[in-house]
Amino acid sequence: MKVKVGAFLGGVVFGIGLAIAGMTQPAKIVGFFDFFGSWDPSLAFVMVGAIIVYTPVYRWAIRTWQHPIWAPAFSLPTREDIDGRLILGSAIFGVGWGLGGYCPGPALTSVGAGSSEAFTFGAAMLVGVGAYQLFMRIREGRTGRPADAQAAAMIDG
Amino acid sequence: MSPMESFTPIASTIGGVLIGIAAAGLLMFHGRIAGISGIAGGIFRREPGDMAWRVMFLVGLLAAGVGWSFFFPQDYLVEIERSTGALIVAGLTVGIGTQLGSGCTSGHGVCGIGRLSKRSTVATISFMITAALTVFVVNEVLGGAI
Repeated sequence: MKVKVGAFLGGVVFGIGLAIAGMTQPAKIVGFFDFFGSWDPSLAFVMVGAIIVYTPVYRWAIRTWQHPIWAPAFSLPTREDIDGRLILGSAIFGVGWGLGGYCPGPALTSVGAGSSEAFTFGAAMLVGVGAYQLFMRIREGRTGRPADAQAAAMIDG
Repeated sequence: MSPMESFTPIASTIGGVLIGIAAAGLLMFHGRIAGISGIAGGIFRREPGDMAWRVMFLVGLLAAGVGWSFFFPQDYLVEIERSTGALIVAGLTVGIGTQLGSGCTSGHGVCGIGRLSKRSTVATISFMITAALTVFVVNEVLGGAI
């Protein structure tokens, strides 16, 4: 129960942070990349504000804690290699981000806000996520690999 | 809108700090990376015992939109001209791209860079470049609407 409530509250704070930061307004995302028009550097301030809080907590926790408060172990990415999938996938994501002005977090919280544009984008996004996961599941099944027990360690975020 | 008119350094920093607090909380209590695309992708893998926190985090994200928009509906205005077709293509590419690239703005851009991860730094540079190129094409070549 506490785990569920905790995760729920995490999502609430994350979503309110996105709204206050202006990241639920696609015009501000597009504005960040609009170097030849009315450039809006706000996105950089959001990232810096978040990283300034996150980095010291992360370094302190993983160095000094045996395990997280409610879980037996940290589930953190372990990969360090730069591969084609990482670069290509991120490049594809960037095209959609620039085109729609939404990344996954802002899109989902804006669906809650009743935005019809976010709903259209978000529904297509979940189709994309689901199609990819289904494709990988089928492929892993055929090659006989285990059903991704270490999935958390393979995914960066 | 004139240059810099919409720039919100204080609000964006405060919002960023809240995002950082939520991400730090998910790490401290659950031991997880607060990457929205990774959390959503995991739901489709349906690993036993790995579902509840993912679903509840995303429900919290939706609930924040429901509650916040009641008081501040202007925070969710779109104000760019995008057709339904463009939004569908954008959603599909974000969905597939984030899974192939194993992360999005939160997982790579905030948590990954915050962890000083080389992979996430490369990923962030990659999606920033293509986002900038896409916005250049839409705004400068297509006149701002698609």
